[in-house]
Amino acid sequence: MPSPAPRPATLAAALAGLVLAACQPTSPPPAAQTPSPAPTVAPPAAPVQASSERHAPLPPAPRFPAPTGEPIRAQLTSPPEVPPPTSRRAPAKVIVELEVRELVKEISAGVEYTFWTFGGTVPGSFIRIRQGDTVEFHLLNHPSSKMPHNIDLHAVTGPGGGAASSFTAPGHKSRFTFQALNAGLYVYHCATAPVGMHVANGMYGLILVEPPEGLPPVDREYYVMQGDFYTVGKYREKGLQPFDMQKAIEENATYVLFNGAEGALVGDKALQAEPGESVRLYVGNGGPNLVSSFHVIGEIFDRVFYEGGSHWQANVQTTLVPAGGSAIAEFRVDVPGTYVLVDHSIFRAFNKGAVAMLKVGGDAADAAYTGVYSGKEVDEVYLGDLTEDPAPVVAAVEAQQAGNMTLAQQIAAGKALYQGTCSVCHQPDGNGLPNVFPPLAKSDYLMADAERSIAVVLNGLSGPIEVNGAKFDSVMPPMRQLNDDEVANILTFVRNSFGNEGAAVTREQVAKVRASTEAPAGAAH
Amino acid sequence: MKLCAPRPWAPIAVLAILGAGLCMLPAAAARDTPDRVRIPAGEVRPLYRRPPSRRPRGEPAPPTRVDAFLMDRLPVTNADFLAFVKARPEWRRGAAKGLFVDPDYLAHWAGPLTLGDAAAPDAPVVRVSWFAARAYCAARGGRLPTEAEWERAAAAGQKGPDGRGEPGWRETILGWYAKPTPARLPPVGQRPANFHGVHDLHGLVWEWVEDFGATLVTADAREAGDTASLRFCAGGAADATDPEDYAGFMRSAMRSALKARHTTASLGFRCVADLEEASR
Repeated sequence: MPSPAPRPATLAAALAGLVLAACQPTSPPPAAQTPSPAPTVAPPAAPVQASSERHAPLPPAPRFPAPTGEPIRAQLTSPPEVPPPTSRRAPAKVIVELEVRELVKEISAGVEYTFWTFGGTVPGSFIRIRQGDTVEFHLLNHPSSKMPHNIDLHAVTGPGGGAASSFTAPGHKSRFTFQALNAGLYVYHCATAPVGMHVANGMYGLILVEPPEGLPPVDREYYVMQGDFYTVGKYREKGLQPFDMQKAIEENATYVLFNGAEGALVGDKALQAEPGESVRLYVGNGGPNLVSSFHVIGEIFDRVFYEGGSHWQANVQTTLVPAGGSAIAEFRVDVPGTYVLVDHSIFRAFNKGAVAMLKVGGDAADAAYTGVYSGKEVDEVYLGDLTEDPAPVVAAVEAQQAGNMTLAQQIAAGKALYQGTCSVCHQPDGNGLPNVFPPLAKSDYLMADAERSIAVVLNGLSGPIEVNGAKFDSVMPPMRQLNDDEVANILTFVRNSFGNEGAAVTREQVAKVRASTEAPAGAAH
Repeated sequence: MKLCAPRPWAPIAVLAILGAGLCMLPAAAARDTPDRVRIPAGEVRPLYRRPPSRRPRGEPAPPTRVDAFLMDRLPVTNADFLAFVKARPEWRRGAAKGLFVDPDYLAHWAGPLTLGDAAAPDAPVVRVSWFAARAYCAARGGRLPTEAEWERAAAAGQKGPDGRGEPGWRETILGWYAKPTPARLPPVGQRPANFHGVHDLHGLVWEWVEDFGATLVTADAREAGDTASLRFCAGGAADATDPEDYAGFMRSAMRSALKARHTTASLGFRCVADLEEASR
C-alpha cells in the first residue's frame, strides 16, 4: 500500500519527472490506448496520462455509485479458462465464494506434492469483475484442511488487501467486502505466516478488474500463471515430495511451472487457437521468488499491458512478470504450428519444467507456405572449420555407388566425418577426456559389439558405462541426422584407428539398426 | 487462568467453568507417573523479538522462563475422551452448548457415546473445542499447558532439550505440514519419545494450549506498525527471533486463527499438571 513519500524523496521525484518529461513518450498517444468507450453511467477509467502531465497531482480516488439490483454470483473458472466478460454497464454487488483445499496432486509425472489451493487448482480460480463493483468475498477453508489460511487480493484497497479480514481456521469461513477502485489484472495470494510457504504451495491466482468500457473482444482468452516450487527430492524424483524450506530460502527452485504442474498445458491440454485468431493471455506470476521472463517461442506479442496496468507496449518479444504481478499479452496467431510458452530464463524451461504450449490449427507439418513462414527448406551437414578435405567423402560415396569401395576409402571418408562430428568430444586422437568423454582409442566397449556402437551413434547414450576399466556417466546426443553411409564410414574409421582393428561397418548394418531401434524423444540434434 | 487471559472470550471462559459446574481444584500434589513426565524448568525463546509496543524495535525480548511441570506423555485419545463424556453428560455431542463447541464437535464419532470407524480408540481425539479440552483436563486434576510450556517441551529433540542442532529435526517436523490429514488418524505413541519422554508433540495433531489467544493475534501485521498484532506476512519476519522457524510460525498462525469454541479435524490436546512447590 502506498505511504506518504518522505520529504527528501520529493525533490528527487520532481527531478525524475523533469527528466522523464523531457523524453519522448514511449507509449502510443492516449487515443490509441483506450478502446472506444461504451456508454456508461459510471465515470470512465482514469485516462492514461501523457508525460507532460506528470507534475499534475494524483487524481482523486474514483467514486462509483452504490450497486443497484440483485447481487450477482461471480462465475469462477479453473485455469486455463477465463470467465466471459462481465458485459455490464454499471457496477454491481458481486458475491465471490472461494474455497481453500489442501490436495495431493501430481507436480510432474510420478511426482506428487501437497498443494494448498484456492478452488482446488494451481493457480486458483480466475475471478472477473468490473471496476466499481462491490465484492462480497467469502473465503471457505475446507474441513479437511490442516492449516489456517487467508487471502490478500492486490485488487483491494485497504490494509492487508483483505488478509486481516479473511483469516480462517480449517472448517470455517470468513466474509469481507470491498469496492474495486482500480481496473487492472491483479494477483491474489494467501498471506498467512509463513507466507512464503503458503505461496510456494500454490496459493495464488488472478482477479481481473475490467475497466468500465470492458476489454476489446478477442477470439481466445487464456489464464496462465507461473510459480516456483521447492521439493526435498531432485527435479522429477518420484514419490510424494515434501516442501524444502532451505531451498525456498535460497531461491533454488526445483520446479518452475506454468499452471502448477509439469505438462499442465502440453499435448492434449495445450492451449488452442486457429490461424488468424486473436489471443489474449492473462499471465500471472505467483512466485514466491522468481521473476518470469515470459516469452512465446515463435510469436511476437502485438500488445503487452505490462504489469497488468493500463499502458501497453507494442511488438514485445519477452515481458517481465514480477513475482506477485501480472501482464496481459495480446497477439494474433498467423502461422499454424505449436508455439511454446517459456520462462526465457531458459534453464527453467529446459530443466525445471517452465514449458507450456499453444497449438495453432493443428500440425505444423501440414501447413502450406503462406508467405509468412516457410518451414525448413534446407537441411544439410555443415562441418564448419572442423572439416578436412571433403574429397575422401565424395570419393567413398562414388566408389560405394560403383560397387568397388575399399576399406581404405571408407576409413578416409570416416576420418573426415569424424573430425566434424565426433572429435569435439572424443578428441582428434580418440582418447576422449578422463571422467567425461570415454575414449575410442583401444576401447573395449567400442570393439565388443559393432551393432551396439551403431545404435549408440544413432540413438545416443546416457547413464553409467565402463570403458577400459574406467567409469563414465554422461550423455552422448543422438546423431540420427547422419545417413547410413556416414555412420558406416565413421565407425569403420574409428574401429580401424587409434590402435583399434576391426572389420568394415556396412551401410546395410546401419540401416538394419536404424530400422530396429527407436530414436529417443527430441532426437533432432 | 494462569497467563494473561486475553481477548473477548475471557469472560466466556469463566462462564464456561461455572456453567459446566466445575470448580478449580487446588493444584494436585502430582508426581512423575507412567502417564506424565517431568519437564524441567527452562527458557523458551519467544517467536518475536519485540512484544507489542513494549520495547524499541530490534531489542531482543527476554526468553520466557518456564517452571518445571508435568506433561502427559501422550495426546488424549478417543477412548480417554469417551470415558470423560460418559461421566460428564454435559460434554456429549448434541448436549454440549453451542457457546462452547461449534457444530463439528466430535462430528467424526459414530454417535455421542460411540466412536465408530473414523475414530479408533487409541487415536488422538480431535474436533474438540478449547472449552471441552479444558474441562477434560480439569476433571483429571490437571490443566491445558500454556503456550510457553508446550513450546518448551516441544523444542526438545532426541538428545537434548533443544533439537534445533539435531540433523533432520526441523525437516521431520516440517514433513507433517506437507501431508494432508488422513481420514483415519494413526494411534498415539507410534513415534519415538523426545528427550523428555514425551510422544507426538510433532507429526500427529495440533494441540490446544491454555493461552492460545494471547500469542499475537487479531489482524494482518505486515503493517508491522504500532499494533504488531498478527504477523502474517513479510512484516512479521522483520521482528522474528528466528525467521526460519517455519513450524513455529505455523503453530502461531493456527492458534491465532482459532476461537475457543472451534474444532478442526486435526486439532487435539494433552494435559499438564503443576508440580509441588518444592520440586519445581
